[in-house]
Amino acid sequence: MSGAPYGGTAQQRDDVVLDSSAGVVKARQLVRTLAQEARLSLVDQTKLVTAASELARNTLVYGGGGRMQAETLAANGRTGVRLTFSDTGPGIPDVELALTDGWTSGGGMGLGLSGARRLVDEFELETEVGKGTQVVIVKWAR
Amino acid sequence: MTHDGGSQRLVDLLTAQSDEFTSQWVRSVGESLRGRISLTELGQELNELYAAILAGLSTSGLASRGEGFAEVRSLLVELSRNRARQGFSPTETAVSVFALKDVLEPALNEGNERDVRAYLLFSRLLDDLGLFTVESYARTREEIISSQADQLLELSTPVVKLWDGVVAVPLVGTLDSARTQVVMERLLQALIDYDSTQAIIDITGVPAVDTQVAQHLLKTVVAARMMGAECVISGIRPQIAQTIVALGIEFGDIPTKGTLADALRHALSAIERDRRLAEEYGGLL
Repeated sequence: MSGAPYGGTAQQRDDVVLDSSAGVVKARQLVRTLAQEARLSLVDQTKLVTAASELARNTLVYGGGGRMQAETLAANGRTGVRLTFSDTGPGIPDVELALTDGWTSGGGMGLGLSGARRLVDEFELETEVGKGTQVVIVKWAR
Repeated sequence: MTHDGGSQRLVDLLTAQSDEFTSQWVRSVGESLRGRISLTELGQELNELYAAILAGLSTSGLASRGEGFAEVRSLLVELSRNRARQGFSPTETAVSVFALKDVLEPALNEGNERDVRAYLLFSRLLDDLGLFTVESYARTREEIISSQADQLLELSTPVVKLWDGVVAVPLVGTLDSARTQVVMERLLQALIDYDSTQAIIDITGVPAVDTQVAQHLLKTVVAARMMGAECVISGIRPQIAQTIVALGIEFGDIPTKGTLADALRHALSAIERDRRLAEEYGGLL
């Protein structure tokens, strides 16, 4: 997945391995730091951190572990953060269903994936059954 | 290879110049630790270690994992533990062992082929013991970290009695399932212990509320309600409120407040209402 739909130049990259809940905590801390660097407002910081927390946990719980790639962006005088979550898990058979509020294949509230989409500016999900899932999100500073 | 030429030569040498070697060893280690440990203490440690290595060499030869080195290993474990607890780095810990090589080098380095061979073998033995030191050091650090994690788990979830009939849990930091479990247990127990009907869960110190945290909170509230207590969630800051709404989490009929003070007022008025009701009906109520 090239950066085409998102534009912007990556400024700084960082990787977090999501193989345990400690990884989720680490991911959250990294995202908070990058969000501050990209000068996101406090509300947007919290929204992005929460979205990252949801997606990181999905990667861990449903994807069987994976990684998060984080980078700050700069385009047209705007700054932002792009996060890429990828796993090589079972994939999502029905994306539309997975993005429905309240539907869960596990024991959660069923709001993680759909909620995360509402918390960010750009959201792209690519999945193939048996191959894995990749979610890319972007949040721009206002 | 118990008593091959190499180890026998070493034993002879180490015995003959024992005082000289140990004092040099202590001095060289003391320099690298830059006075952060007293020379007397260090001297005692290294003298014991020296004697144990010598004993090990004469019984087990150069097999560092052999029976004869059990004493050496236990001394090294002790040494690494102390260093780890005193905040020395792994290098500073391993140097205690490696420094013995430097001390011995001049004594064996006179061109004699047998001596050089003995030195190489001894140096391999010390490498082994050095690695063992680093391993024990790391193990001690892991123990310290895991005990700190346990302490944090305890520390971060105090249940406090705010008023007659009102208990509160101020939550701080990340809420994972282990901690939520502790919170839930403590809160439910406190309701009984303090004979309380009102519980306040304050999340001012929680940086982000995602669906997992929300689900844990909701479960705790439901459990408290089953025991007949009312629960208020307080400390909902603006950014948390907006995030929860965007996520689509519904707290239903659970009362939420911005500050702990508001939550306390809410709890007190509920107690007052119950008291009035009881007065009105009088008697048994």
